[in-house]
Amino acid sequence: MQWETVIGLELHAQLATNTKIFSGASTAYGASANTQACAIDLGMPGMLPVLNERAVQYAIRLGLALDAEVAGRSVFARKNYFYPDLPKGYQISQYEIPVVGRGHLDIDLDDGSRKRIGVTRAHLEEDAGKSLHEGFTAMSGIDLNRAGTPLLEIVSEPDLRSAAEAVAYMKKMHALVRYLGICDGNMQEGSFRCDANVSVRPVGQLEFGTRAELKNLNSFRFVERAIHYEVERQIAHIQEGGSVVQETRLFDADRGVTRSMRGKEEANDYRYFPDPDLLPLEISVEQIQAVREALPELPDAKRERFVSEYGLGDYDAAVLTSSRELADYFEAVVARSPDAKLAANWVMGEFSAALNKAGLEISQSPVDADALAGLLLRIADETISGKIAKEVFEAMWQGQGDADRVIADQGLEQVKDTGAIEAMVDEAIAANPQQLEQYRAGKTKLMGFFVGQVMKASGGKANPQQVNDILKARLDGE
Amino acid sequence: MHDRTIAELSAALERGDFSSVELTQATLSAIDKGAELNAFITTTPDLALAQAQAADEARARGEATALTGIPIAHKDIFCTNGVRTSCASRMLDTFVPPYDAHVVEQMRAAGAVMVGKTNMDEFAMGSSNETSWYGPVKNPWDKSCVPGGSSGGSAAAVAAGLVAGATGTDTGGSIRQPAALTGISGLKPTYGRVSRYGMIAFASSLDQAGPMARSAEDLALMLEAMAGFDARDSTCVNTAVPNYQASLQDFNLKGLKIGLPREYFAAEGMDSAVTQAVEAAVETLREAGAEIHEISLPNTELAVPVYYVIAPAEASSNLSRFDGVRYGHRCDNPEDLEDLYKRSRAEGFGEEVKRRIMVGTYALSAGYFDAYYLKAQQVRRMIRDDFAKAFESVDIIAGPTAPSTAFAIGAKADDPVQMYLSDIFTIAVNLAGLPALSVPAGLADSRPVGLQLIGNHFAEAQLLGAAHGYQQRTDWHTQRPAGEG
Repeated sequence: MQWETVIGLELHAQLATNTKIFSGASTAYGASANTQACAIDLGMPGMLPVLNERAVQYAIRLGLALDAEVAGRSVFARKNYFYPDLPKGYQISQYEIPVVGRGHLDIDLDDGSRKRIGVTRAHLEEDAGKSLHEGFTAMSGIDLNRAGTPLLEIVSEPDLRSAAEAVAYMKKMHALVRYLGICDGNMQEGSFRCDANVSVRPVGQLEFGTRAELKNLNSFRFVERAIHYEVERQIAHIQEGGSVVQETRLFDADRGVTRSMRGKEEANDYRYFPDPDLLPLEISVEQIQAVREALPELPDAKRERFVSEYGLGDYDAAVLTSSRELADYFEAVVARSPDAKLAANWVMGEFSAALNKAGLEISQSPVDADALAGLLLRIADETISGKIAKEVFEAMWQGQGDADRVIADQGLEQVKDTGAIEAMVDEAIAANPQQLEQYRAGKTKLMGFFVGQVMKASGGKANPQQVNDILKARLDGE
Repeated sequence: MHDRTIAELSAALERGDFSSVELTQATLSAIDKGAELNAFITTTPDLALAQAQAADEARARGEATALTGIPIAHKDIFCTNGVRTSCASRMLDTFVPPYDAHVVEQMRAAGAVMVGKTNMDEFAMGSSNETSWYGPVKNPWDKSCVPGGSSGGSAAAVAAGLVAGATGTDTGGSIRQPAALTGISGLKPTYGRVSRYGMIAFASSLDQAGPMARSAEDLALMLEAMAGFDARDSTCVNTAVPNYQASLQDFNLKGLKIGLPREYFAAEGMDSAVTQAVEAAVETLREAGAEIHEISLPNTELAVPVYYVIAPAEASSNLSRFDGVRYGHRCDNPEDLEDLYKRSRAEGFGEEVKRRIMVGTYALSAGYFDAYYLKAQQVRRMIRDDFAKAFESVDIIAGPTAPSTAFAIGAKADDPVQMYLSDIFTIAVNLAGLPALSVPAGLADSRPVGLQLIGNHFAEAQLLGAAHGYQQRTDWHTQRPAGEG
């Protein structure tokens, strides 16, 4: 039987506000336990929530970017359950009326086509604290620093049909929230988290199969692996005559499997009701308009502009606009060194590879956009060849100064003197009579060998075009 | 000095008849002598004398307000920085907040001297002050009777002359009903008039703090200090606080349109002596020039059932934070997390609190939510609409505060429904978010009867004016229980 996978994602983006969603305590990551939890976050008696306006603005930004309806009136509700890291015994969230309604996000598939993924809703809520089990005996620790951190939960329609689509959607949303400046996207610190609802059905069947909710998917790779595993598990289970149980399953990254997480707790009744401590959230048309006017250029629009303005191919434009930082870096390079194609190749090639290798963010790069542009200018004006440029770049990365300084210090300037090149060519031919004979007998592929010899002799500095021209003339019979 | 009002004490302090320290000492000794009433959970003599000293110094510098140096008590639902705040529950028997409620801050800023924290029904859940972990409060008029609740300690303390004023909270009548049963004046302001910050929540959409004292004028003085915008409470309304005391003097009963809801005079189980006293009070108002109109509040009988869905629903959630994890009562040697929750809460909460948590949890549960909580919210809107319609034709609504006078301790303790019905006339006001007050309007069987006046949103000045006008023409509010004051 042919099976179809059906996936919906719930993404949690931690909003990049300075303070919590309902209190003035700091949201900075990494402080020692319980130093960033005020009386409100601790759920002390008589304490009341006061909504952080910035969090609302951020939610509006996302709503506009997803072409979604931003609710003029939405309601905060209490989700009631007991857990030690939930100080009030309820989480303030949005239930029936979320701040962001139905919208969509387009993703690019491997075959070059685009697919529109529906976004059901996005709602504001507060995060819970953390239970700490290590370093305690016969008890658990509670760290409430994270309690009250603002989250935007973004719920997709079950429109995703493969792990690859799920990852593409998640990456696109990840880039979007960072573009919008509403979330730092740091997945190690839990700023961007994913739960996946996964089910399978025979191809052609209209009804959805029973879904499992996968948790603990804190990287793109985990999402992909967990979905792959879960799909295989469900299909195998059904083929053995079993049926899928609706449950929450935890991904075990070490073993690459998903495991049932809850048993009886699954039947939790959260008793949602409107929070009487908070008035309904009213958002005016003017407020939405103000946010709209301040919106940055969105990824898809930027990508189209990169094609039309810089003449880049679709693929290059997509890669360069995959994050706002990369796109900004590229544009800063082009601003000084106008060969866009050259800039694109370098930013996506050498530069990105160096970042990856060093495990650095763009903001931490030792070679800033201005410096890279300086290097590309020297390629463009043929002071150095592309090959030598890689050496120069490496030296710049090591902190040996800007491109001009490295070229000067190491004497890397390209040799363009025809006489000097001719001398090197003659020398190479004289030193390799056997190859010359073979070449002249028709083995013209040996041209490359001779170019290599000349370049080697020049220390890579000879102008490759000149070397080619002169070599060809000599070999072909003068 | 125990039968004087705040206004009178303030004048005496200003004249130098005595100092705030002297007044506070006398107050503390009166509280000691009145210990039998069980009106206080905690007294704070050292703090009080220090505040009194500071008040005397402020007065010497010419910085006194009407409340400077006046001893008052706070209901033990208001958090007080460094002073145990129990909410009359074993759960919070040892809880010492590191912050003050807004009301506490405001009263201190006005120079009032806090002498202690008054007894109440546990978490303000009750109409007789019998649900307190610290035992029932006795009514100074008849010590075998309840003082009403939940602000029973504040009511008894004022009625017995232990303090001239005290704060209370009113979720379904918890200021007005005990005020009526103890022969004092009590005001529940408009929802949102007084910040709920630092006030331990019972039912957040209904809770409102207010003053309890011996006269409408004192209520005006206290409300002016208590009210005021506070950004820490999102439901607190940002409108200017009028000079309530000044508006008392300007107020004229002549031409005031007073509506009498026929449903309030035909309620089942109504004590006829109460009805007669209220009718006499209405007659007094008519003689003073008020126009009396009969009106209808057709959904009156739905108020109690609606309230006993909404209030417990909110309470069940509000009280979830008392879980034994961070503060408050924790059971000994919990076996595991579930045991910790179950035993801490089973031991920490009393019967009435548990009953309401269960009722509220039930009302919010999947499958019941629509039939109970949502339906109750719909009816709540109908009740609010009844009042809105009534206020199109009248300025103030008058009626009894409670259907009976003070009842014997224990008489209704085992019958929650009978107990709930003692708030039949007060509850609708909370559901509609309106201001209302109760003033003494006579005695029935030697026990006080309360007249309730209900105003439109933010019409406290008008209510206080009418109550003050009534008190200018009657002396019920000056009568003291035998052997007190």
